[in-house]
Amino acid sequence: MELNVKTFAEYLAAGDTPEILFWVGCAGSFDDRAKKVTKAVAKILQAAEVKFAILGQEESCTGDPAKRAGNEFLFQMQAMQNIMVLNGYEVKKIVTACPHCFNTLKNEYPALGGNYEVIHHSQLIEQLLKEGRLQVEGGQFKGRKITFHDPCYLGRSNGVYEAPREVLSKLDAELVEMKRCKAKGLCCGAGGAQMFKEAEAGNKEVNTERSEEALELKPDFIAVGCPFCNTMMTDGVKHAEKEDSVTVLDIAEMIAQAADL
Amino acid sequence: MLLTILPQLTFFIILAAGIALFAMNVRKISRNIKLGRDLNRTDQPGRRWNLMARVAMGQTKMMVRPIPGLLHLFVYVGFVIINIEVVEIILDGLFGTHRLFAPFLGDFYNFLIASFEILALLVLVGVVAFFIRRNIMHIKRFRQPDLNGFPRNDANIILLVEVLLMSAFLSMNAADLILQGRGAEHYEVFGSFPVSQVLVPLFQNWSTDSLILFERFMWWFHIVGILAFLNYLPYSKHMHIVMAFPNVWYSKLEPKGQLDNMEAVTREVKLMLDPSAQPEEVSGPVKFGAKDVQDLTWKNLMDAYSCTECGRCTSECPANITGKLLSPRSIMMKTRDRLEEVGKNMDANKGTFSDDGKSLLHSYITPEELWACTTCNACAEACPVNIDPVNIIMQLRQQLVMEESAPPASLGTMFSNMENNGAPWQFSPNDRGNWRDEA
Repeated sequence: MELNVKTFAEYLAAGDTPEILFWVGCAGSFDDRAKKVTKAVAKILQAAEVKFAILGQEESCTGDPAKRAGNEFLFQMQAMQNIMVLNGYEVKKIVTACPHCFNTLKNEYPALGGNYEVIHHSQLIEQLLKEGRLQVEGGQFKGRKITFHDPCYLGRSNGVYEAPREVLSKLDAELVEMKRCKAKGLCCGAGGAQMFKEAEAGNKEVNTERSEEALELKPDFIAVGCPFCNTMMTDGVKHAEKEDSVTVLDIAEMIAQAADL
Repeated sequence: MLLTILPQLTFFIILAAGIALFAMNVRKISRNIKLGRDLNRTDQPGRRWNLMARVAMGQTKMMVRPIPGLLHLFVYVGFVIINIEVVEIILDGLFGTHRLFAPFLGDFYNFLIASFEILALLVLVGVVAFFIRRNIMHIKRFRQPDLNGFPRNDANIILLVEVLLMSAFLSMNAADLILQGRGAEHYEVFGSFPVSQVLVPLFQNWSTDSLILFERFMWWFHIVGILAFLNYLPYSKHMHIVMAFPNVWYSKLEPKGQLDNMEAVTREVKLMLDPSAQPEEVSGPVKFGAKDVQDLTWKNLMDAYSCTECGRCTSECPANITGKLLSPRSIMMKTRDRLEEVGKNMDANKGTFSDDGKSLLHSYITPEELWACTTCNACAEACPVNIDPVNIIMQLRQQLVMEESAPPASLGTMFSNMENNGAPWQFSPNDRGNWRDEA
């Protein structure tokens, strides 16, 4: 099925304005695993009849990994160029499935002239469910055991703990918490530009540590809300040779699957 | 005449010297903190007072771990409340009186003294438990190598001094109680001694003269001990009892994930994107990131003096948990060590810093530690006094990348990809929307 997702430019050419911009992000655009999440988000937005657009080729990396790797020049170059595009389209509201993009757009763009209402996809899905624009029942997740891994840049960094849990609670599943959850959640190991480099010498990989913690709960699914966490937790589950019994899914994928989208 | 006021005179001299010495050391710490870069942290005062009341005075973040949180609460409340008694002791010392407040307060005085005694006992319970936790139980954060040497001794010295001070206070009261019972001169019947009365049998057989001598000795030991301890603070992690309050007041109020944008870079980038823009006047050379303590903000330096090396940060750090070299506690300790070294250098050179060929980055903190950070902010979340180690790590990374051009090779590749393709990976920007057409 081809998704009929329009760009902001296409909307404007048709004399229309979308209500929200879907910031896809680099992982969501290029990483095969993350692209599935992107499609799930798009399907959810379409099912809820949200008028949304993407930037397409006009989107560029927010600059988050450059900034956290110490390259402030590159970060601000990226940020200023993105802000020019966003302000050019008079974007008011942005949703993104990447907590790193979310944090950067929401917190670091305003001082550079980019002021938008930025929400994470879990927050938008929560809102759509609450407003009744999206209906979901447990489906294949009914009665199954799910544990949610908090993304650092959504949870601790921005205090969003409840929206993803609220969304997952609609799946009629058994939600279990890891000991280190919410404000005490353990990082997957990918933040701060770690995604793009080898880890320093140690006695364990961070994602192994975190995946083991999740697997101790014997869940059927590990729910994530970040493309990097998705990669790290998937690798961790594979490392523990549990990929046949435990599936790592983004909350958007779970909602899309449960709603048969 | 001179002989009768000799104890008062001696007390006055010791008190004045103790306070003067402490004030001098506090001024040095204050000067050291001010070596840091400017940063505005006085916005939203209402929110700041509230935060200080909850986190510093109310100990809310200590209570995240209930057992050490409760033990610490004993010691903290004991310390704060028993200070009321110290006021009486100081006034007694200056005026040559004994239990000056007693006649004015009546029954309330009995209540106060009883409260102080119970608190002193709770402090002893807390301190002994802390000693066991640190030295006998195998609690990882107290066993880690970043505490080797003085820091580990420092912790035990503090605990020992607290045991001595509380013991002196209680045994002084026990002797006082017996002397009151014997109707000894100057020992009028005042106070209620629920804890020290248990100690009475130990001294019951002593002569009145010996008891007076003992009571006086403990009185002096207690107050001189307090003054000595006060002057130990500036050299110790125990300085947190002073620094915790301002440090929480000046906390970052923005979301933890938010990093400030460097204004110097903003100016340059604006010029690059719009060559017609007028360059702003900039005074002095612009440094990118921090190489030494003077390049950090004053709040980073205040953080360093506020750290009591509890290691909650390190125990929650994903890098440290998985055996990497990084320890956020160690980042704070090294920052303080280097700052102290810079301060001593200035003292020895008439107030100006003379280059010693060292710097915080490289001489104290290695790139290997810095690159292990995932910026997850678990350390900042765990800190009971809102210290922000990530902020220091980020500034040192900026120095490594923008001044020394020394990122790890794979990050250099990521930078090139982003510059050329607008993505950290090598994909064409033209393919960004392709996911729409893929089944």
